[in-house]
Amino acid sequence: MTPGGSSSLPGVVVVTGVSRYLGAHVAARLAADARIDRVIGVDLAEPGPEVAALLDQVERIRVDAGAVGGLLADLDVDAVVHLALVSAPDPQQGGRAAMKEQNVIGTMQLLAACQRAPRLRKIVVRSSTAAYGASFRDPAVFTEETEPREVPRGGFGRDILDIEGYVRGFRRRRPDVTATVLRFAPFIGSTADTTLTRYFSQPVVPTIFGRDARLQFLHFDDALEVLHRSVVEDHPGTYNVAGPGVLALSQAIRRAGRVAVPVLEPGLSGAIALARALGYGRYGLDQVDLFVHGRVVDTARLEREYGFTPRSTAAAFDDFIRAHHGRAVVTREQLAAAEQLVLDRIRQVRAAVREQS
Amino acid sequence: MTGSAERRDDLPLDEWHEVPAGADEDRARSNGHRPAEPIAPAVPDRSGDVWDRRVAGGLAFLRRRLAGDYEVDEFGFDPELTEAVFHPLLRRLYRDWFRTEVTGLENVPADGAGLVVGNHSGAVALDALILSTALHHEHPDHRYLRLLAADLVFRMPVISELARKTGGTVACNPDAERLLRGGELVGVFPEGFKGIGKLYSDRYKLQRFGRGGFVSAALRTGTPIIPVAIVGGEEIYPMLADLKPLARLLKLPYFPVTPTFPWLGPLGMVPLPSKWLIEFCPPIPTAHLVDSADDPLVVFNLADQVRETIQQTLHQLLERRPDPFGP
Repeated sequence: MTPGGSSSLPGVVVVTGVSRYLGAHVAARLAADARIDRVIGVDLAEPGPEVAALLDQVERIRVDAGAVGGLLADLDVDAVVHLALVSAPDPQQGGRAAMKEQNVIGTMQLLAACQRAPRLRKIVVRSSTAAYGASFRDPAVFTEETEPREVPRGGFGRDILDIEGYVRGFRRRRPDVTATVLRFAPFIGSTADTTLTRYFSQPVVPTIFGRDARLQFLHFDDALEVLHRSVVEDHPGTYNVAGPGVLALSQAIRRAGRVAVPVLEPGLSGAIALARALGYGRYGLDQVDLFVHGRVVDTARLEREYGFTPRSTAAAFDDFIRAHHGRAVVTREQLAAAEQLVLDRIRQVRAAVREQS
Repeated sequence: MTGSAERRDDLPLDEWHEVPAGADEDRARSNGHRPAEPIAPAVPDRSGDVWDRRVAGGLAFLRRRLAGDYEVDEFGFDPELTEAVFHPLLRRLYRDWFRTEVTGLENVPADGAGLVVGNHSGAVALDALILSTALHHEHPDHRYLRLLAADLVFRMPVISELARKTGGTVACNPDAERLLRGGELVGVFPEGFKGIGKLYSDRYKLQRFGRGGFVSAALRTGTPIIPVAIVGGEEIYPMLADLKPLARLLKLPYFPVTPTFPWLGPLGMVPLPSKWLIEFCPPIPTAHLVDSADDPLVVFNLADQVRETIQQTLHQLLERRPDPFGP
């Protein structure tokens, strides 16, 4: 127990991965919360220009997430928010090897350090709905209890399974620490920049022939809200975090006014392997698996335990569309105008025929 | 003056089904989406001009599809597409080709969950589609049947999406129970591939019912089981032989040889026009057995009861239909 602390509010919070978009926003939000004394941001890299301004109130320490062992003990850290995950390999930063190093080895070392931190009371780990793997025998909707039937082909999915495995081990060894695992659906929103937002921003969007995946998105602001609540409230366990409702991939593309180009799946997998070999590792097998199988999760536990419902998948996607409206190929207004035009033509022709007869 | 006030979006594509006014709008808004403003028609349509309404309705449907203004549920079910495209096509087959007669519809609940358990036949699972057409077409409440299909269906591109869009999902207990808890009518064929892949000489002989997973799904949710007997499916593709080596090569559960397939190529895939009879049997209540969902004895006994009911009803129906290809 912390001295004089019956409340669950942590005094000192460490956030990993603050140089990235999500980490910076979470750290800034926690720093703005007066109930939290200190927020310490940990990252190896310098924050990019777009997030640096957010980190004014955050103490920053340039150290690898894996090497925070001494730090946790010295600073009397109460809570750790682990966000330093890489969801897609970046060829400029070492590719897949570096990604795995950061995701898997980084988490392993961080959890080992947390295990030895006596004052630590809370750990919040970012995970992903990719934890459910991808298989044709999967149920349509995953609850937190669903076990993956097949190990996913994509690197990120495999990393997530490893990370959750380490958290399970940590929970066994430190049952006194509140461990929260948040399985996030893909983020979307007006400002978020992720593999999927880049995908939907293109005018012509490749899809997989004969597949129309069911997708769920999570609005970026709702992700921040859930992470914030996880730190200031006590929610042990694993939670699916996604916007209620479902969009089919084809439907999402149409709502965004983009044009879908179906590609044969075997060809696509080969093309991705080739692209990766050539250094264009933008889309991976994670995306192919997602677009073949789709992924829908049950968020009842989140809504019950957090008393919070993220905005729906459709609403979150609408917010994204509004921000990227300028590059739409087909707009709703054009469709409505075309409908009216065809209808008027047919009516004119029919009226003419009726007059003649 | 009704013309300009009428919302074109609400006009049904097909006369079978009257879409209640504003249903489209409410459904759209419930998922956080704002539908486009309806546009008043430029030429006020004359009342009673069926074709004008049909054209306008069809165009509005196309526009909604192209703009993504429709909803799918978490299983991928697209009621609008099913209603406007798949059911009209299947009704042709149901009414004109198979001359289907349905009895016992009063045994299917008007609302709330029900587990419809049927016999499976006919090389491809056409009986499942005809059964769902029967329920949607003949039932006073036009109920959708949510079919549970083998995972092989979901391995195949295109087919998998057709299955999901029409309300199907993978046959597994989590999905079945989720649909039943949601008050849906779920259709299941416990014989699986053993049923549709059997030879013509074994027609209307129910195969083994597997582990009775469907019974435990019904028990856990307290849903009544409605056995249904389907006669007519066995004659559409009379399977004379099963080329097992070829099936293994193609990773299929069986490879059928019928009088027309594969000899006539694609033409051999036209189903023979047999006469179909469908009878829904009285529901078997399970609400009092909710605690016994994991009791194998209860599960097996109930599965057996369902199996016997279907088999007996099949015999009765076959007596009513002496000529498989009769009128």
